[in-house]
Amino acid sequence: MSNYDAIVIGAGHNGLTNAAYLAKAGLNVVVLEKNDYIGGASVSREMHQGWIYSSCSYVCSMMRQSLHRDLDLGRHGLLLVPYLGTINFGDAEQRLISYHDEEAAHLELKRHSPHDADAMHRFQTDLTRYAQLIRKTLLRTVPDPTSFRPRDIRELLFLAKQFWALGEKEIYEYVRFFTMSAAEYLEDYFENDLIKAAMASPGIIGTALGAYSPGSSYILLHHVMGDVDGSIGAWGLARGGMGAISNAIAGALQEHGGEVRTNAGVQKVLVENRKAVGVVLENGDEVRARIVVSNLDAKRTFTRIMDKNDLPEGIYEKACNFKIRGSSGKVNIALSGMPKFTHVPDNRYINRGGQTFSGSLETMERAYDCWKRGRWSDNPFIESVIPSAWDPTVAPPGKHWMSNFIQYCPPELSSGPWTAEKRDQFGQTVVDKIERYSPGFKDLIVHMEVRTPHDIEQEIGLTEGNIFQGELTIDQLFFNRPFPGYAQYRMPVKNLYMCGSSTHPGGGVSCACGANAAREILIDLRRPNTVPEDDFYDE
Amino acid sequence: MNTTDPYAGERLKLSPFYPRQKVLNIRDAWGAWNGYKFADCFYDAEYEYFCVRNTCATYDICPMQKYDIRGPDAEAMLNRMVTRDVKKIGLNRVAYCVWCTDEGRMIDDGTIFKLSDDKFMLTCGSPCTAWLEKSAFGFDGVTVTDVTDELAALSLQGPTSCAVLKKMGLAGIETAKAFDIMRFPFHGDTLMVSRTGFTGDLGYELWIQPALALELWDDLYAAGEDYGIQPFGEAATNMARLEAGFIMPAMEFNEALRTVHFEHDQTPFELNLGWLVDFKKPHFSGKSALLKEKQRGPKYTLTKLDIEGNKPADGSYIYKNRRCTQEIGYITSAMWSPAVKANIALAMIKTEHLQGELWAEIYYEKELRQYSRVARCTRKQKPFWSPARARATPPQDY
Repeated sequence: MSNYDAIVIGAGHNGLTNAAYLAKAGLNVVVLEKNDYIGGASVSREMHQGWIYSSCSYVCSMMRQSLHRDLDLGRHGLLLVPYLGTINFGDAEQRLISYHDEEAAHLELKRHSPHDADAMHRFQTDLTRYAQLIRKTLLRTVPDPTSFRPRDIRELLFLAKQFWALGEKEIYEYVRFFTMSAAEYLEDYFENDLIKAAMASPGIIGTALGAYSPGSSYILLHHVMGDVDGSIGAWGLARGGMGAISNAIAGALQEHGGEVRTNAGVQKVLVENRKAVGVVLENGDEVRARIVVSNLDAKRTFTRIMDKNDLPEGIYEKACNFKIRGSSGKVNIALSGMPKFTHVPDNRYINRGGQTFSGSLETMERAYDCWKRGRWSDNPFIESVIPSAWDPTVAPPGKHWMSNFIQYCPPELSSGPWTAEKRDQFGQTVVDKIERYSPGFKDLIVHMEVRTPHDIEQEIGLTEGNIFQGELTIDQLFFNRPFPGYAQYRMPVKNLYMCGSSTHPGGGVSCACGANAAREILIDLRRPNTVPEDDFYDE
Repeated sequence: MNTTDPYAGERLKLSPFYPRQKVLNIRDAWGAWNGYKFADCFYDAEYEYFCVRNTCATYDICPMQKYDIRGPDAEAMLNRMVTRDVKKIGLNRVAYCVWCTDEGRMIDDGTIFKLSDDKFMLTCGSPCTAWLEKSAFGFDGVTVTDVTDELAALSLQGPTSCAVLKKMGLAGIETAKAFDIMRFPFHGDTLMVSRTGFTGDLGYELWIQPALALELWDDLYAAGEDYGIQPFGEAATNMARLEAGFIMPAMEFNEALRTVHFEHDQTPFELNLGWLVDFKKPHFSGKSALLKEKQRGPKYTLTKLDIEGNKPADGSYIYKNRRCTQEIGYITSAMWSPAVKANIALAMIKTEHLQGELWAEIYYEKELRQYSRVARCTRKQKPFWSPARARATPPQDY
């Protein structure tokens, strides 16, 4: 038996961040990880000799710059590189390239629709306005709207002030925006099908919603509110894969005296006198601490590693009903060369960007229909990126690895449980689709890792393989995340906290949940705060 | 000169690498350097900067001034000109140097290549033929020749640069230590490679006769294809050098021979380059003035700053207090550093105030409106960017 100030369950990026800030405050912290590697879904693994896959998450934009800076993650080996434009593939021969360069991007849009090229300015302006407001909340604890504590009132006033600054018309628009579908929202701006599909695609990534489902407009915003070096909406890749983020945070944690234990899955959170006092590991060992922080999702925390009888009434039920639906698959492919795509210029810059096989809104919605019926999409939406095109560390020279994110793929099939055979068929569906846009693609394949939501849950521990640790719908956001009344990282059992993406501000490799939770914990433990504020004071 | 072109004399010269660079400069973003047409960027300055930090990239240093200094008195002449002890430079080694007026004010900085006991090459940012000739006064056994146009040079910088040179067939390049010079047979001639650069990262500079410049470019780009090779221009260079803490003329220092106002130029001590001044060697230009400066201490000290917030502090004053009532210095260069994730700057600060609080008053624009913010500055002793790979021998492949 060993004693710590704090136990953090799960060495994903949020768990590590939480632990790093607790350690920075001088606490004796241990992070317990069930796998023999750290990182959770922010991980790099050599799955084929010479190829390092970012097995789960693959791009980065939410990462809070001030945390990156404060923990000096650069010195711990992290380099985030923004990537260049994306090629959007239409159902037939149409291609829309979203160039990094503003002028080129405008000309490309104009090629498809002069109307939409102009409308894009208004769209970007409106979205930036919405994004800027949400961004201000990322590294803050959400106020409890029913509380009269000065801090909650102060935070409510802060939010009210930000809203009020939008102006009356925009306040209406903003509220409306939150309840809309991505497709309907885009109808206000665009006429071209491919442009609409391209713009709608962030609205379906990771969610069990379709582009026409109410609430998908927020998902869209969630995906474009991040930034790389202040450029809102930009996405970056971590040199060395997404594991470089977790490894760098672990480096900072260890520098502050924290400890990480792998192969240390937690079986149960120990509760005595209605207080969390430690955990029992899968091997039977007991680890005790003053506080316990769960980086697992809300459902897993309250239904898997806690005894129902230790919880106040209603929490177990809330956790069971927590919306955490798996909808995404991942196919990681090692390639012997760079694939060539049809109807795309051979351009050294756009070849270093990403590929989105969105088709039209109709295609995306049909893909969603398959999920609703318990099947993987037969013509799936695929978001791809070939990080090796500019990251020399993830594949041998001249060889490449392609990350493919697939929407939709259900955690359970209507035809019965997932089998290795069905998984291969799912992978084949993805490869077949890419082959249609890149004849000869299959011949380049050296190795392939197919991951269904079921696999992701088994390996990483995300319930149903939901990448956000819980749907980002308005009923589960802000003061409702994970449950109403528990949005400030303190859980219904004393000395138990949550720090994962099930908490505000939700999914994405942001490190914000972990940092916010650390700030609350340090208040409770009467320690000086070590968590920085966001570093943009104006934008 | 092309006599059919009435404006021939007003046009910028073209680097031997221009035919290749022209094709890649798809934004037509050209500036000028020492009379040469010179790329500000080729596609996107930030992208090119990331190539320097993540893969590798080339920078055309043909416009950099290069002087062949040879003869039995070459070493003595250089030793009287620069502040560093040239005698200590090993054969086939490069040394960073500065040279000053008799008043100890800095004229320029550059590098000296020791190619043999009586043959040196001096490189620098601005032309300095006149000063070199002045410096050679009294030495009979030295000739100074401007070889800028006779020697093409390309800088290859970034973590994969050594791997690219190996792939190009430069056997043994991985044994070159920082500031070493090596030579390789190249298309019937000799390619000189020095492990030098201006980015603070792993990098090399390649020196070849202009007639073989395009062969060099093509071989390098063929080898670099799978290593993310990309040309970079002035904008990305300026980002990389600032992260490395390197000084630029007309930014950190005003060349003494172009300075109108008294003491608007700088001494090496003010620029934190005191380590380059060797008082143990015999007389050199500026020695007695610099000795006095050393004893008295410099008025200003170039300081590396990490500034809170993310708005670059370009052109800001530095104050001793948050209320900004006591001005103690000024920012010389500033940027948001994407690699370090910090708001970095170099500043000249009055030495007597270095130890106290430092505040920058930063002005920035938002949709045509001006805003200002006072931000706390923290002094940094080490370069903002200084990866271990820049010093490792042999370097890793990435």
